[in-house]
Amino acid sequence: MSIMSSYARALAVQTGCAQPVATVRHVHLSAAPMVFIPLKLAGEAAAPLGALVGTDPANPRLLLVPQPRNRDLRFAFMAELAEVLLPYIEGFAGVTETVEAKTPYERCADAPQLLVPNRGGVAFAKLLGRSTRFRRTDGPYPVHPSVPVLGQWLTFLAERAEYAGSSSLVSMTDALALHWATGQSSMEDASLATQLAWIAPPDGKNGPEAALAAEDPLTSPPAGPETHPDFDGQVLVHAIQAYETSGSPAQIREALRSQLEPTWTLMWQGVRLLRGLPEAATVEARWARDRDQFTRETARLADGGFPRGRVDGAVSAAIRLADLESALQAYEAQRAFDDPLVMTEHRVAGKAFSGEVVAVDATRRIVPAGKTRPAPRPLVTIRTGDPVRLSPGRRLVSSRNRKQKTEIVDITGDLVVIQVNDQMGRGATPAPGSLPVVGDVVCYAELDPGGGQRPRLPAGEDTPWTHGGPPEPYMPTDEDAQEAWS
Amino acid sequence: MITTTPGQAAAEATEAILADFIGGPHRGVIVDSPPGAGKTTLVVTAATTLADASERLMIVAQTNEQVDDLTDKLATKVPTLSIGRLHSDGFSVPPRVTRHPGVTASNKIDQVEACTVVIATADKWAYVSDRTWTWAIVDEAYQMRSDKLLAIAALFDRALFVGDPGQLDPFSVVDTERWAGLAWDPMQSAVAVIGRLNDLPVHRLPVSWRLPASAAPLVSEAFYPFASFRSGTAAGDRELQLTTAGFPVPWDRTLNEAAATGWALHELPSRHTIRTDAEAVQACAGLATRLLQRGAVARDENGSHDVGPDRIAIGCAHNDQVAAIRAAGVPAGVTVDTANRLQGREYDVTIVLHPLSGRRDATAFHLESGRLCVLTSRHRQACIVVARAGIAELLDNHPSTGRVQLNVPVKFPDGWEANHAVLAHLSIHRVRA
Repeated sequence: MSIMSSYARALAVQTGCAQPVATVRHVHLSAAPMVFIPLKLAGEAAAPLGALVGTDPANPRLLLVPQPRNRDLRFAFMAELAEVLLPYIEGFAGVTETVEAKTPYERCADAPQLLVPNRGGVAFAKLLGRSTRFRRTDGPYPVHPSVPVLGQWLTFLAERAEYAGSSSLVSMTDALALHWATGQSSMEDASLATQLAWIAPPDGKNGPEAALAAEDPLTSPPAGPETHPDFDGQVLVHAIQAYETSGSPAQIREALRSQLEPTWTLMWQGVRLLRGLPEAATVEARWARDRDQFTRETARLADGGFPRGRVDGAVSAAIRLADLESALQAYEAQRAFDDPLVMTEHRVAGKAFSGEVVAVDATRRIVPAGKTRPAPRPLVTIRTGDPVRLSPGRRLVSSRNRKQKTEIVDITGDLVVIQVNDQMGRGATPAPGSLPVVGDVVCYAELDPGGGQRPRLPAGEDTPWTHGGPPEPYMPTDEDAQEAWS
Repeated sequence: MITTTPGQAAAEATEAILADFIGGPHRGVIVDSPPGAGKTTLVVTAATTLADASERLMIVAQTNEQVDDLTDKLATKVPTLSIGRLHSDGFSVPPRVTRHPGVTASNKIDQVEACTVVIATADKWAYVSDRTWTWAIVDEAYQMRSDKLLAIAALFDRALFVGDPGQLDPFSVVDTERWAGLAWDPMQSAVAVIGRLNDLPVHRLPVSWRLPASAAPLVSEAFYPFASFRSGTAAGDRELQLTTAGFPVPWDRTLNEAAATGWALHELPSRHTIRTDAEAVQACAGLATRLLQRGAVARDENGSHDVGPDRIAIGCAHNDQVAAIRAAGVPAGVTVDTANRLQGREYDVTIVLHPLSGRRDATAFHLESGRLCVLTSRHRQACIVVARAGIAELLDNHPSTGRVQLNVPVKFPDGWEANHAVLAHLSIHRVRA
């Protein structure tokens, strides 16, 4: 935990009210996000019990498995879930826009967004995807044709959720924690009810009082996918028995509704709270990445693409790790440059500083390392009150122009001298407007949004001997569908 | 009963390694090297042996500093060797490399590929393509992430992987268990991956030339439980003398203990503190200052020399601790750095801020055995550990309980146990402040 977030939590405890830790919204929110609240059977890894799902706050659809130990009923549930999710997801594939790039291409104008209550929901969506994407529609245990397709999409969304800054599958508690610090621990923040009680307590109560009230499992049942043990032992077991004897799922339907509806209300309350914040500058660009990936996956599935393998090959794992790392690096930097409150965290840690420009030497020219001719390398002196913990030679990025590379030349007392290395035009002197002027208030940070060149990795079929040599080409088999835990 | 001298043992090991690498049937040979065991000497010997047979060789190291050090040593030892130092655009090659007439430095592979030995960082090698070398040496291979090896593995046929298994594992800013248990987990070290996927011979260097006789047995037992090594020097070969008498104050008593025995635990009263514990920080800076004031002289197998500021390092776990210690007034020239950046470096005396000092919990980060191993194995003469009392109790309250994951090989040593072993030894050399 950083000093700022610890401070915000302490302040929340002191004032009895959650503290904002962001001034703008860093997640994308669709006009009509699909809210998905899954429940699973206790003691099973991936046995769905029920779900509340839909894009209309007033009209959720309740899906259930009357006997969760029955595998046929589980896949009937998945088929029903596919009835809701697939039209929603595939509806975005039709509308595209042309992206102006070196080679212009088509990209979906919008993409699906799934909201789940917490990280457990993300993990469960991933498990559901894995347990369904390899299923066959013929043979000994056939499933409805929509089930493996849904499995592919759930896998796609859950894998997107691993990338920092992606908004394709969002955990509500994580999204809220990104914007508000409560007076509880981060583990307690994983409970949607108490977290929202701190952020928006009902009239007449302060945060801790409301959170205490929200800990009552009768009024605020767990947001899933795990259910409350008392519910399992005192309600669910009888409802399942009633179904076994009468064949009517009515009792289970009522029981699940009581567990899911409070969370449904909370989810939309969270959506409203997040909508109340203005969108951050780079959210649109990150959502465009989500749309890019959605477009690609649509095309891949249209070509009859195989379900994704259970494990990554050596090369695809390395590529994925590099992608995850660059997404995280870019997200951290963009978030800080978008939001002064987030930047404060880096300023307190000494990785960034803000101050007034007191001198600019725009005419300075030196011969840079490895070059033969002198080039403009202007110096900018900034007076700052921040505790700077950077040393000469460190490369910084400016909030004025995130592409401009600069480096620290000298730090003396509260004066920091930086050298500007690029983005000054092609002329012998820096182009007008490419440098800050005396009196400007500027912010520099050791945060690089990245996006630079990356070395090429060998193709999968050229995997070198060090990493096990070329793997067998991947072909899904029936064995992929078998899991020890399913 | 040891019958061979350290020199003989080391020479035999080197010979066996070269025989296996150059004449053996395997595409790769792994060499585990404890701290200061002449790893660089081995790399230089292998390079010269191949050069004598007119073979071309590529050398991969992990940081520019390692590459420059290696280039310097190679060129000093064999001035006639043509060495290509490949570097990235905009990097200025330090004078200790450019002073050698045999070294060609360039950021273009075309200009150095004709050299007998081409040396660069793994990051730079990843941009080289359409060329191959028969022989490669990968230095600090335990610090290299396996995805970095994947990017360059097509460049060579046979390779010698040299590294210290006790040091810090490579890491990623991304926190994911997606590949846990996979043989080619990209977040594992290069050696872990090649070792699991190929049946390669593993050699060990048996002698630490850096660590004094007072330190080698402890470091060997705590951090290399299955690959023990010994010190290259005997108990009387090294001596740290303080030329002025001290005052009967804790700082001086700690220095006396360290000078006399090679270890000292400067123990502050038990307290839970923030990471930049003001008293501990002050003690680290103060001990370094006092050591210089008292005029320490180190005698070793090469003669005697004054212990100047450049021969002293202060090591800690976190960057903010480094900043705090620097701010507390460290004599100019004394190195202050984190364990990660002290890897591979050597000093006469090190002062260590114990990673668990003043903490309320023992996280996996602070328990990582590599961190403590790096911090307690950088010295030729003495190591002084600054810590709050109560670390043993803290360890007992936080037994090591990492999540068990399928197919992940068990890693030794266990950080919890290694921490206890070091603490037990240090308690003999305790000075209460």
